[in-house]
Amino acid sequence: MKIRIRGLRKSFGSNHVLQGIDLDVPQGQSVVVIGGSGSGKSVLLKCILGLIEADAGSILVDGEEVVGASARRLTTLRTKFGMLFQSAALFDSLPVWENVAFGLMAAERTERPEARERAIQTLAKVGLTPAVADQFPSELSGGMKKRVGLARAICTAPEIIFFDEPTTGLDPIMSDVINDLIRTCVSDLGATALSITHDMGSVRKIADRVAMLYDGAIIWEGPVASIEDSGNPYVEQFIRGHADGPIDVGQKVPAGG
Amino acid sequence: MINPLQPIGAALIGITQTAGRISFFAGNAIGNGFLGPFYWRQLWRQMVEIGFYSLPVVGLTAIFTGMVLALQSYTGFSRFEAESAVATIVVLSMVRELGPVLAGLMVAGRVGAAMAAELGTMRVTEQIDALSTLSTDPLRYLVFPRLIAGLVTLPLLVLVANVIGVMGGYLVGVHKLGFGPIEYLNRTFEFLETQDVVSGLAKAAVFGFIIALMGCYHGYHSRGGAQGVGTATTHAVVSASILILTANYFITEAFFSR
Repeated sequence: MKIRIRGLRKSFGSNHVLQGIDLDVPQGQSVVVIGGSGSGKSVLLKCILGLIEADAGSILVDGEEVVGASARRLTTLRTKFGMLFQSAALFDSLPVWENVAFGLMAAERTERPEARERAIQTLAKVGLTPAVADQFPSELSGGMKKRVGLARAICTAPEIIFFDEPTTGLDPIMSDVINDLIRTCVSDLGATALSITHDMGSVRKIADRVAMLYDGAIIWEGPVASIEDSGNPYVEQFIRGHADGPIDVGQKVPAGG
Repeated sequence: MINPLQPIGAALIGITQTAGRISFFAGNAIGNGFLGPFYWRQLWRQMVEIGFYSLPVVGLTAIFTGMVLALQSYTGFSRFEAESAVATIVVLSMVRELGPVLAGLMVAGRVGAAMAAELGTMRVTEQIDALSTLSTDPLRYLVFPRLIAGLVTLPLLVLVANVIGVMGGYLVGVHKLGFGPIEYLNRTFEFLETQDVVSGLAKAAVFGFIIALMGCYHGYHSRGGAQGVGTATTHAVVSASILILTANYFITEAFFSR
């Protein structure tokens, strides 16, 4: 098992966001966590990345504990990770190629000419031309930013790639392009992927397995093919997008999702 | 009934907590920064931003301050026939006090605000989280180079401001008040001591560190989108300005109290 989560808890004051999450992400598979806005998906992802410290529970990545790990240990662990942020989170002050090659230069100490070459090669993998390399993020469209963010996430050939709402804010065609790129990049690298989204089109395209997060816990988990006949009323309401059903649509998490 | 000492106590606890958090933040940034790797490109960028791009505003402030000082001290000192002290007053005031303090306040408004806005925007757009996921310590990459750049660059900037300020006094003294050029320059250097210059540069180094620390601390911890970034920027400038004026007194006392 690449990632093994047991009894994960996280609260912000009296708001108990994660209330005992159990989740397994098998090696080489793409697992997608679905759930409504404010259900705690982003908090779960940030706990795995070590950006938020969990209150209790265990997160094992390749058998190494993330919860309570030192900053130095987390820095080393993160060399295995690639991450595509919801807003792409590109560094405004750096040109595209430096964004893409940032992990190579900062963490792996690759020389700038070689890093630039590898950045341009990675940009080509996500369908961007070398001309984009010297542009700044402010000059790019939303779809191009996502592609650059994807290129940055895969440039160091990580073992595990995280996707935070990869298609949010994109038109349907660009969403499909990004989904295809995610699928291709993950399978080419042989990486393990963990995504969070509420876009069912994206789920059907990029997931091997799906888990649904509701009320601070994983309430259903299974292969993507079985999601249509899950037999779980919460899952059925969510994937069909009905306002009526057992899901409390008033439930919100203030701290970033 | 509310105890009247309660709000005072609460305010004191709040100030102590904030001071502790800022000290911890600075200690972490410096400790992590010295462990390396060191980001020279970031340091150079910040030095250019603080030193080179602040030169026009600091230079203008310095030249007009020097000119006004010459005029004011001339009209004041002429009441007891001490006009010849004008050059000495101008140089000592500029080098010991006005050069570092005015440059510090101007740079706090220009650079401190920019640092808080930049780091604040990076925080709310998840760029700081992105740095962490790329195995890069944000304190080492963003904060440490800014602290060092503030510490090193502001003394250089103040040195230039001092020269420009003295030149402003010289222009007014020679062309308006009727001093001879050689006489004015002789008076300028006659009573100037090394300690005067060193104390001014020491102040500048401390002020530079304060400006960078306040800009980074408030930007790094900003929350809540555009409004949070705006609040962080305001806090950075106000807190840096107050700390500069407070530190100025203690450094002056350390150098000149008998």
